[in-house]
Amino acid sequence: MKAFHVLKPGLFTTVQDLGRYGYLKYGVPISGTMDTFSLVAANVLVANNSNDACLEITLSGPELQALTRTQIAVTGGAISLKINGQNVPMWQTLEVQEGDVVSFGKVESGCRAYLSIRGGINIPLMLESRATYVRGGFGGMNGRQLKTEDIIKGFDIPSLKAGYSMPENLVPQFTDQFKVHVILGPQADMFTKKGINTFLSSPYKVTLEADRMGYRLEGTIIEHKAKADIISDALLPGAIQVPKNGEPIIIMRDAQTTGGYPKIAVAITPDVSFLGQAKPNDMIEFSKIPINQAREKLFEYYKLFNNLSRILLKR
Amino acid sequence: MLNLWVVLFSSFRVLNMKSEPYMSARHLPFGDSALLIEFGDVISLEVNGRVIALNEAVLKAGIQGVEELVPTYRSLLVRYNPLKTTYEQLVFHIKDIEKTLKESITEVKSRRITIPVVYGGEYGPDLTYVAQFHGLSEEQVVRLHSEKDYRVYMIGFIAGFPYLGEVSDKIATPRLETPRLKVLAGSVGIAEKQTGIYPCDAPGGWRIIGRTPLKLFNSLQQPPALLKAGDNVKFSPISEKEFKTVKDAVLKDIYSPFSEA
Repeated sequence: MKAFHVLKPGLFTTVQDLGRYGYLKYGVPISGTMDTFSLVAANVLVANNSNDACLEITLSGPELQALTRTQIAVTGGAISLKINGQNVPMWQTLEVQEGDVVSFGKVESGCRAYLSIRGGINIPLMLESRATYVRGGFGGMNGRQLKTEDIIKGFDIPSLKAGYSMPENLVPQFTDQFKVHVILGPQADMFTKKGINTFLSSPYKVTLEADRMGYRLEGTIIEHKAKADIISDALLPGAIQVPKNGEPIIIMRDAQTTGGYPKIAVAITPDVSFLGQAKPNDMIEFSKIPINQAREKLFEYYKLFNNLSRILLKR
Repeated sequence: MLNLWVVLFSSFRVLNMKSEPYMSARHLPFGDSALLIEFGDVISLEVNGRVIALNEAVLKAGIQGVEELVPTYRSLLVRYNPLKTTYEQLVFHIKDIEKTLKESITEVKSRRITIPVVYGGEYGPDLTYVAQFHGLSEEQVVRLHSEKDYRVYMIGFIAGFPYLGEVSDKIATPRLETPRLKVLAGSVGIAEKQTGIYPCDAPGGWRIIGRTPLKLFNSLQQPPALLKAGDNVKFSPISEKEFKTVKDAVLKDIYSPFSEA
């Protein structure tokens, strides 16, 4: 079933789901949504499965024409959203008729917005996921960002009888400040005490080198004990590498799976999702957290996911 | 005087860490959902052998909550589901498994893969440089590169890219000062003592000495990568004519580079 015709693709719009797990050993990154909470929320708002594929919109949104009657929801960073030129709200189920034009402005807070379609985007699974991995050229829309004239397919699935909206207190607010909890290590012992204190007490700015692979940060130099290279080992999203120049790099979803810089710390899972909304010039502050507390936070985070469909307000 | 000793001692330790495997494995947290087991900070068959052996043993043990293993040169990453296990429980299980493994593992049970390669010319634009750099003939470089068995230490960098080691000191060559914007898929390169194969067209700074018609990565296949960590690889020089024959066979999916170890 054809769901949307792409009139304008936006700056960088890709198909993403929760990610491609199980292939790191073959050098395939996890990819998938940069902001997990927003993607899951977008799906739940149209009663999809959490892992259904959505559009991930970066900074500037697309223009799409509906080719069928369907329901959508838009979540993530605040973005102006219109149907046939009329402003409509984010974080709730929206009814779209055949021929309607859904258009977006620029993201006003955060960096990425998510558009879900009732039933999910119908694109073949590649290595068990629909996530686009642009650098590898596979997944999603033929391994690339959307372009004009693309057709986005959906699944034939009954439309919802009622819509939902997200309670206001659960709508994440993104500013240009990010507070990120980290677990120190695995290679924190390659840094001096002073270096670790610097890392935990100085704000770092996201540079222009920030994309789905990772963010290069600038700020106070973090001091290594001696060498600043390791024999390459594995990377995961959230890992914070510090190369010889002493300025950290946060690894994100599309990064290569191995790297040769020591990792001073790794951001906790809920905060990696939050960090998916960081953009150039935003400021990040790191604070350490013991592993047990991180586990508790993770439990709360997953509990929220599991309860989302019950928490949503019926409209 | 005491200070000097401290300095000397600590620099000695750094040097020592660099050249030797650790006395015992280090178990380290990697965020809230992964554990890293390091065996050394060195490229060696022995350290990597321990990684590969632990990888196999953990897979076989089927530990509750373990989701994915990533073997690398010198460590094993264990990604787990924190709802099903804890960091402490996992370290406990894995230490138990380590006790069952031999202390020194240089040989690993592996598949043997022969990679056909056209060396030199347009297929290997840096062969001449590598030969001149070492004062060898091109034939000697080809012989030195293809007479040896290599371990796949890990897959990384680009999907399906195997890090193989190690080449003879006689042909170990530094990377290009300025990386090429495009290295063709199948290119076989040397970077210091490492050798590797580009799975797809990509920018890269390795010295390219040849090219294989084999496909190292295919996202439509399961598993998607031709090689995996622990494999035993040998290069076999072929002619341009054979390159085309093998390439056809690969396209028709009737070519197998595998043989029993």
